[in-house]
Amino acid sequence: MAVTLTINGKPASFDVPAEMPLLWLLRDVAQMTGTKFGCAAGLCGACSVLIDGTRAFSCQTPAGDAQGKAITTIEGLTEQPLGKALVTAWDEVDVVQCGYCQPGQIVAAASLLKDNPKPDDAAIDAGMAGNICRCGTYPRIRTAIHRAAALHAGEKA
Amino acid sequence: MMRASRRQFIAGSSLAAGALAVPVLATHAATPAAKALAANTWLGVGLDGKVTLALPKTEMGQGILTAVTMIAAEELAVAPADVVVTLADGDKERFAPISQETGGSTSIRELWQPLREAGAKARAALVQAAAAQWKVSAADCHAFNGAVVHQASGKVLPYAALVTAAAAAPLPTEAPVLGASDYKVIGKPHRRLDGAAKARGKAEFGIDVIVPGMKFAAIVQSPVFGGTLATANEAAAKAVPGVVAVVKVSDALYVVADNTWAAKQGIAAAAPTWTADAAHKATTHAQITGAVAAALEKPGFAAVDNGDLAKARAGAKRTFSAEYHQAFLAHATMEPANCVAQVKDGACTVWTGTQVPSVARDAAAKALGFALDKVTVHNRLMGGGFGRRLETDMVERAVQLAAKVPWPVKLIWSREEDIAHDWYRPAYADRFNVALDAEGKPVAWEHKIAGSSIMARLMGPAFKGVDDDVVDGLTAPLYEVPARKVTFQQAESLVPTSWWRGVGPLRTAFAVESLVDELAHELGRDAIEYRLALITDPRARHALETVRALSDWNTKQPAGTGLGVAVIHNWDTYMAAVAQVSVGADKQIVVKKVTVAVDCGQAINPSGIRAQIDSGVLFGGSAALFGEVTFNGGAAEQSNFHDYRVLRMNEAPRIETTLITSTEKPGGMGEPPCAVIFPALANAVFAATGKRLRTLPLQKALESV
Repeated sequence: MAVTLTINGKPASFDVPAEMPLLWLLRDVAQMTGTKFGCAAGLCGACSVLIDGTRAFSCQTPAGDAQGKAITTIEGLTEQPLGKALVTAWDEVDVVQCGYCQPGQIVAAASLLKDNPKPDDAAIDAGMAGNICRCGTYPRIRTAIHRAAALHAGEKA
Repeated sequence: MMRASRRQFIAGSSLAAGALAVPVLATHAATPAAKALAANTWLGVGLDGKVTLALPKTEMGQGILTAVTMIAAEELAVAPADVVVTLADGDKERFAPISQETGGSTSIRELWQPLREAGAKARAALVQAAAAQWKVSAADCHAFNGAVVHQASGKVLPYAALVTAAAAAPLPTEAPVLGASDYKVIGKPHRRLDGAAKARGKAEFGIDVIVPGMKFAAIVQSPVFGGTLATANEAAAKAVPGVVAVVKVSDALYVVADNTWAAKQGIAAAAPTWTADAAHKATTHAQITGAVAAALEKPGFAAVDNGDLAKARAGAKRTFSAEYHQAFLAHATMEPANCVAQVKDGACTVWTGTQVPSVARDAAAKALGFALDKVTVHNRLMGGGFGRRLETDMVERAVQLAAKVPWPVKLIWSREEDIAHDWYRPAYADRFNVALDAEGKPVAWEHKIAGSSIMARLMGPAFKGVDDDVVDGLTAPLYEVPARKVTFQQAESLVPTSWWRGVGPLRTAFAVESLVDELAHELGRDAIEYRLALITDPRARHALETVRALSDWNTKQPAGTGLGVAVIHNWDTYMAAVAQVSVGADKQIVVKKVTVAVDCGQAINPSGIRAQIDSGVLFGGSAALFGEVTFNGGAAEQSNFHDYRVLRMNEAPRIETTLITSTEKPGGMGEPPCAVIFPALANAVFAATGKRLRTLPLQKALESV
């Protein structure tokens, strides 16, 4: 079937089975590889994207369910003010190690900050618990989310 | 004429710099152009004056790309962000005597001297070229910010204007390297050079490689190790829309398709069945770990045999015995095993993230029966390595498939395949019989180790019974004992085993630092004071004293909360850690805080060192608390992150790190924090609960006592 959706603001249509996870549509069909495959079971968060502004595991989202919806991937998020605040904070705090989980972490952090523009540590822990990092960047992610919240608030002011 | 600005240079190299450096990680290994200045076969200066560096090691998250670039930038007086860094193809000869193999915290230790010497020679060549042009003494000129400066006249020439003349003259055979007092880059925190691209989803990992005309493939291997493919419904797989080929080999099934999803659907439709022999099918976890424990009863092969144990024991005041058991561990890198390969016209091209590019090239050539010059391995960034990508099975699988289909293929393992077909950190047993004198000092120390030997697998008949990795560090331990014997007894199962972050000293650290903690408790001594009474090495003592001062060691902890300490000296690095854990009525271990003091000699990138400590504490902590792969019927019982548990953000402790200033030669940083955290946590659980856990993982052990 044809799945029609918006990716990072651009309308697009793909001839894929409705049950194909959005993850593989993005990576293999649209050739947008910023979104990562980690577990295909909704356990690690590496595949996180925003669907109509809310974080979703693209490995658990059939393409058909994304029909007509607005998908924001790491590539698009980091061109928006909130995403820019996040990657600027990530740069300043020198968060990244292997970096494979980081697009998913940043998408999850964006979703968190949309809901809670000034989260405390507990809110960050709760909001980010769905994303695994094997390198151990959690402490710096916490710091960077606080920093991004401040940067984004400053940008809006 | 350029005006060199020291302030600009410093600002450009600091962590807090405003300018965002997103270096392009060129995907093709650049050899310096013939007319450009070559410091060696992998470091040079291009005709545009840019320093070029083909990274002799591989980047898996440990930050080596940044640290190595910083050293090159220092010697060549440029900002690290201005160095053009490429990930190098597998090429043993190009880098010899440097090994491209990246593991065992060897990279900086191996490169520190040759990299600086090469950089110094290239710098001297540029300085000489400028001095010749100005007709002044080279001694009155120096390199600064990508240019050579003549201090007295204020003349400045950028490298681009000098490189041709410098390359025309013979490279100086000797040039002094910079001293620590000269450092502008080394020892100052620097942002990772690959961080910005990674955060923005723009970095290319092996799994992200796209080759024109490429197809996508999935694989399933026999769940039982050593099994062979019995049946597969090829027609059903081919009926899945998008599937273009089904490839059966003796021990695996591949489905090739227009996308990964179709390939996975094809695997499911094929519903493969497998045959395995009785020995493999009968393999159980209890059998494997039982055989390891039983191997302790054998005499073993001596790695250390100093002094007279019997005599020392006879004169001792008291004795103490303990036995420790460690679990099989998976690597579970965030980026599952994968590889892109093309076999065409008698040649093979591989694109993958591997810790061993030249070994991968050898392996692909051997698998295909090709000459080495017909095989190219393009290395890529890795989404974690931890030792998993020291093995090349993912490359061998991809080329096996690529040889049978007309397209380049991207073969991605499912997470389930990745965990069920890992090469596991093996289970080990360590037994100690120690005798103490009247002051509580060990005078006789017998340490027996049993488990799988990875060195034996690699060495073949050259293996003589002692695995040098397993006993790494035990020949020069922190605790000196007059009579000491250390033995190793190999005990193999049918489960494949390999390197895991922390390697041999990881196992040793848990066993020895648990034991010393037990001795302190037996004697009623403070665990740090007791260690200080035994350790003479001043750097180890300083690390311990530092962590005691900076942690809450001398603060009484509330009920259910405890502090545990550990200290190690491995990989030329000294590290001491204090972990604070609390355990409630639900028996759940919560790690609250970890304080680390590290003396790794001359620091290259303090931000990277601190990152490695966070990393080792959390990666090692995950394994110490939860990590265990079990086996039944010859197959792994774990398959994904729901049953191979790792720490999450809400479970991550606060980590406070202190870097001890040193100008000793740099030590390794990838492994040490992973090794030190295991015993620190076990000792902290004891302090919190009074329960001495001698079997890993800790959470399971605590729930079973």
